[in-house]
Amino acid sequence: MSAARAPGLLGSPALLSWIGVLALGVLLPFLVYPVLAMEMLCFALFASAFNLLLGYGGLLSFGHAAFFGIGAYVCGHAAKVWQLDPLLALACGTAAGVMLGVAFGAVAIRRQGIYFAMVTLALAQIVYFVLLQAPFTGGEDGLQGIPRGALLGVLDLQSESVLLGQRAAWGLYGLVLAVTVSGHFLIARVLASPTGLALRSVQEHEPRARSLGLPASGLKFGMLVLSAGLAALAGALKALVLGLAALTDATWQMSGEVVLMTLIGGVGTLAGPAVGAGLLRYLHHTLAGLGSWVTVVLGGIFVFCVLVFRRGMIGEWLAWWQRSRAAVGSSGR
Amino acid sequence: MSAETAPILACRGLRRDFRGFAAVEDFDLAVREGSIHALIGPNGAGKTTVFNLLTRFLPVSAGRILLRGEDITALPAERVVRRGLVRSFQISAVFAHLSALDNVRVALLARTGLVWQFWRARSTLDAFTDEAHHHLASVGLADLAHTPAVALPYGRKRALELATTLARDPAVLLLDEPTQGMGIEDVARITELIRIAARGRTVLMVEHNLKVVATLADTITVLARGRRLAEGSYAAVSQDPLVREAYLGHGGDAHA
Ligand SMILES: Nc1ncnc2c1ncn2[C@@H]1O[C@H](COP(=O)(O)OP(=O)(O)OP(=O)(O)O)[C@@H](O)[C@H]1O
Ligand SMILES: [Mg+2]
Repeated sequence: MSAARAPGLLGSPALLSWIGVLALGVLLPFLVYPVLAMEMLCFALFASAFNLLLGYGGLLSFGHAAFFGIGAYVCGHAAKVWQLDPLLALACGTAAGVMLGVAFGAVAIRRQGIYFAMVTLALAQIVYFVLLQAPFTGGEDGLQGIPRGALLGVLDLQSESVLLGQRAAWGLYGLVLAVTVSGHFLIARVLASPTGLALRSVQEHEPRARSLGLPASGLKFGMLVLSAGLAALAGALKALVLGLAALTDATWQMSGEVVLMTLIGGVGTLAGPAVGAGLLRYLHHTLAGLGSWVTVVLGGIFVFCVLVFRRGMIGEWLAWWQRSRAAVGSSGR
Repeated sequence: MSAETAPILACRGLRRDFRGFAAVEDFDLAVREGSIHALIGPNGAGKTTVFNLLTRFLPVSAGRILLRGEDITALPAERVVRRGLVRSFQISAVFAHLSALDNVRVALLARTGLVWQFWRARSTLDAFTDEAHHHLASVGLADLAHTPAVALPYGRKRALELATTLARDPAVLLLDEPTQGMGIEDVARITELIRIAARGRTVLMVEHNLKVVATLADTITVLARGRRLAEGSYAAVSQDPLVREAYLGHGGDAHA
């Protein structure tokens, strides 16, 4: 395995897999209902942001819904009340997530394992109650009627048009796809950078990394802030798509769901969490008719996945791909 | 180097309490620049704790630590490393799923400001590749550069650890039982590697294997129950009746 080259999403050469991702992103709204496609993309970014922390920083956050939720609310407020440009509204949501990430990090970053999870859960509950009680968040109803606006005052994100027989707000879809793919690209770039290697070493053996003079806590803190910012961006994007910042975005159940998405897809793989997120949102949508049984079905799927694909779907695929490539490599010589 | 220089690393009145008992107590140490200094003592004597204190992995309960005469007692661990005091671990510590090459490159990376340059491409690390290969070759791992550390045999892992530590280019090298759990051949090889590594640096090592201590150490400090029991050359220390009783037991065996 060449350690020097950045790995692709699924094991294939990097450029090829990015082209594949874009192609899939373009195809998606023809496969599923376009608004669902956009929602899937938002959650893909959310799960990948979460995975940055769990899969590459070894930190299990059980409060990521706080970032997702704050992103949605702040973006919604900026678009609705301040009537900012959608891009600026997204930036406001992201900035709020970054600041919240700094606050979480200041309290939690030196805790290990289950303590980190508990502290993040507790902090996220505080955020939840603030969002429930604050005067401008709409209480239980959430923030409704968030306008999508016009991108840079020019491109109307609200208007729908027909493209190749599919009716959708194509301007908005383009924005969502661009932001989601850019977010993933940023994650991949960071992981392949010198900082990424340093982070890997901290995850592998923190005392050893510290003994070599690597700023272990600082690196983890940086990843938490980046992860929080991207999670908030995902939430902000979702608020624009659905015109709604919902209280459910900030619940502990949402924090749990992103853990699920990541584990099902494959923790510590680039593509896994995005795939897991897309799949789970798709199932939520198609099984909506089952009512509260959805939870039971999804729980069953989760148990099945954990038992059968211990590394997650993409994790198993990568392991298989590497095995078969090793086999080809040794027989080819 | 003049004969009567101040010690490069020293501590005075060092103490560390763990829930009511003192693991290290009133401990003085002076390590001469350029020497190989061994710290020996029975299991649980407090040797690893001393290392943890010197490298700031643990806060001291009392006492002072001086590096080149400067007080480092309150410095964060990373800053101590930057001043040239680098440790290894008693239990083999490698980055298991990184290649041997990347294990060393990470140490080289840690010396630079590149750690935080997250916008840079992976190829930035190529700048360290030649030097990393050089370090690997110096411990006999030239052919295993691309093997993940986890797949290396135990003796090779410890050699990789040494290469990684040396890549950080420490002025003072702290080795915690570098030969622990090794077969005779590996012990001989590591001993030789330490001797070579010690050229131009100072080494403080914890070591249970008295043959290695006798071969390498210029000075030996004996620790028992957190206190300094004796200090001197191997010949002097091994004749000390207190040491024979506390450390060597009755038969002169390393196990107390
Ligand atoms: N973090 C800790 N918390 C509580 N007690 C500790 C801690 N670290 C060490 N001790 C205790 O301090 C004493 C000294 O331990 P230390 O590991 O320094 O001994 P050592 O000389 O390195 O022994 P060995 O030869 O077995 O490695 C032991 O009694 C140990 O149980
Ligand atoms: Mg020890």
